[in-house]
Amino acid sequence: MALKDLSSSSSSELHVLAVDDSFVDRKVIERLLKISACKVTTVESGTRALQYLGLDKGSSGLKDLKVNLIVTDYSMPGLTGYELLKKIKESSAFREIPVVIMSSENIQPRIEQCMVEGAEDFLLKPVKLADVKRIKELIMRGGEAKEGLTKSPSPKRILQNDIDSSPSSSSSLISSSQDVSSLDDDTPSSKRMKLEPS
Amino acid sequence: MNTIVAQLQRQFQGYIVSLYQQGYLDNQFTELRKLQDEGSPDFVAEVVSLFFDDCAKLINDMSTSLERPDHVDFKQVDSGVHQLKGSSSSVGARRVKSVCIAFKECCDVQNREGCLRCLQQVDYEYKMLKTKLQDLFNLEQQILQAGGTIPQVSMN
Repeated sequence: MALKDLSSSSSSELHVLAVDDSFVDRKVIERLLKISACKVTTVESGTRALQYLGLDKGSSGLKDLKVNLIVTDYSMPGLTGYELLKKIKESSAFREIPVVIMSSENIQPRIEQCMVEGAEDFLLKPVKLADVKRIKELIMRGGEAKEGLTKSPSPKRILQNDIDSSPSSSSSLISSSQDVSSLDDDTPSSKRMKLEPS
Repeated sequence: MNTIVAQLQRQFQGYIVSLYQQGYLDNQFTELRKLQDEGSPDFVAEVVSLFFDDCAKLINDMSTSLERPDHVDFKQVDSGVHQLKGSSSSVGARRVKSVCIAFKECCDVQNREGCLRCLQQVDYEYKMLKTKLQDLFNLEQQILQAGGTIPQVSMN
């Protein structure tokens, strides 16, 4: 579990690697994470992310690198977020690290594809503070949501979440009571899929 | 002195509310404002500045791609629109984002004339927003200089 690696990092700060080809989005996600008391490293591409992790050129990863969470955009030139996710999950050094995918497009097959590949969660852009807080809580709790996780998420559940358009009713296992984005709830910013059987 | 601060704060409040009401800004801008504090007092200004630089560059590139009627690189234009839509969404630039949606539709059907119109419109909208936000940030500065605090504005 990624949390075991916190022993060598200062206090209990999560170290997050954020991957996005948009300069604007990198700045925003960095701030969102920093304000949520995370240490942040941002890179502009999947390739750079692999380099940072030491997974490029066929090497198996930098041993002493402590990364607790990877947040990546889906649509990026070169290596997509999905391809990056696959590479991370294929590596013995980093497969336990939770990976969260971000996308501006709410495409169910895409979401499914990422969840099946082992993504922790899927965030719809624009990302809000409430999303980051929720993800952080999820990670800090050691991903207990993973208990009972089936490899193939049920499509019916995904559709169910899609119909629930307000963030508060998005079948979240961990209720984020401090949802600060209550000003307008026309578009949910994140979809949490309840993957274990009810 | 208190009266001046109160006046400026009211002015600020009125101005920012009007920007939301006129559709220049949406909820995401509110979200960005939440991320600003004493430690990062210029966060919003910095992000929107990056956004406007992005706009200028993307518009310029797309303009080049659309220039020759017989040789339009719609793939490049589509990529530019996608990026512009993404970053406008991330900063809450609602009108710019709306134009991008229309722009994408023109691109999808390879309508050069439509693309050119959208390009012109997106150029207009980002510059308009830039001016409006500059006025807003100036008001913020005036409030701070007068010893006041910048109001958090609720849009319900």
